[in-house]
Amino acid sequence: MSAVRGMRSYLVGLGLATLMTIASFWAAQTHVIYGPGVPVAIVVLALAQMGIHLVFFLHITTAPDNTNNVLALAFGILIACLVIFGSLWIMANLNHNMMPAAHMASAA
Amino acid sequence: MNTAALQPQDVPEQVGHSDAGTGVPHGATDSAGPASRRIIVGYGFWLFLLSDIIMFSAFFATYAVLSGATDGGPTAAQLFDTRNVALETACLLASSFACGMASVAVSERNQMWTQLTLLATGVLGAAFLALEIKEFASLVARGAGPTRSAFLTAFFTLVGCHGLHITAGLLWLGTMMAQFLAKGFRENIRHRFLCFSLFWHALDIIWIAIFSLVYLNGARA
Repeated sequence: MSAVRGMRSYLVGLGLATLMTIASFWAAQTHVIYGPGVPVAIVVLALAQMGIHLVFFLHITTAPDNTNNVLALAFGILIACLVIFGSLWIMANLNHNMMPAAHMASAA
Repeated sequence: MNTAALQPQDVPEQVGHSDAGTGVPHGATDSAGPASRRIIVGYGFWLFLLSDIIMFSAFFATYAVLSGATDGGPTAAQLFDTRNVALETACLLASSFACGMASVAVSERNQMWTQLTLLATGVLGAAFLALEIKEFASLVARGAGPTRSAFLTAFFTLVGCHGLHITAGLLWLGTMMAQFLAKGFRENIRHRFLCFSLFWHALDIIWIAIFSLVYLNGARA
């Protein structure tokens, strides 16, 4: 009985993840979507697929016995976002301020 | 508070002390003591996986910063083959699903299905790895090795690190199959397998980020 329920969870996860994957590969190649919107669509689809994997494959849920896992995940996401967006922000700023030197180097 | 107060209706007051069992009668073995060993093992390994994901986030940040630094060499759009990436993605997703089926077989203590589904997990993971190695070899052969530009260094570091994780996972998978065969479905073996399945599914999550941000966004630019 629980085996059937377990298998159903993985099957639902597989189906949804396949849909998301096909959608993002389609979004990357199509010209139907407004060009600058495509990266946004790909990122949104990737985030949705990660959520599907977390719930249906890793079984990270909002159940009471999962509170610690969810809190750890939230902290991990916070650190990952700080590392990624912090790096991008700082490096973009540095790039902006270094522009004249880069011009000189390419001219030389 | 006297002993008469320790009635079932007062159980919610103990939730702050240990909430492992009160809400989910099937999840934990006991309602008042510490959480079951299975939950603690899973939690500890989950913390390791999150720190691993944070390490990957540093590689993603490096790649994002350096993705335009091609030094006059080939760009992402010229190098990446979306069809190969789609095949790799399919292999890894199917492998993750087979690993889930193995979890079901392990919970049913079915040796034959456990071995078969784990074998499928391993074969699909090895197929993914073979496709990735083939891609790396063709990039190096075209003069787009990791030493060509900062962009390619960051690319090989990020994707290669994921490939190394898959390689380690395949070795772990082999030892899990041997342990299930030799030692049966003992509790500590099942806990090891729980950690392995978490590891394998987490690698698939990292691959989602790689194929979306590196390959699909790169192939368009």
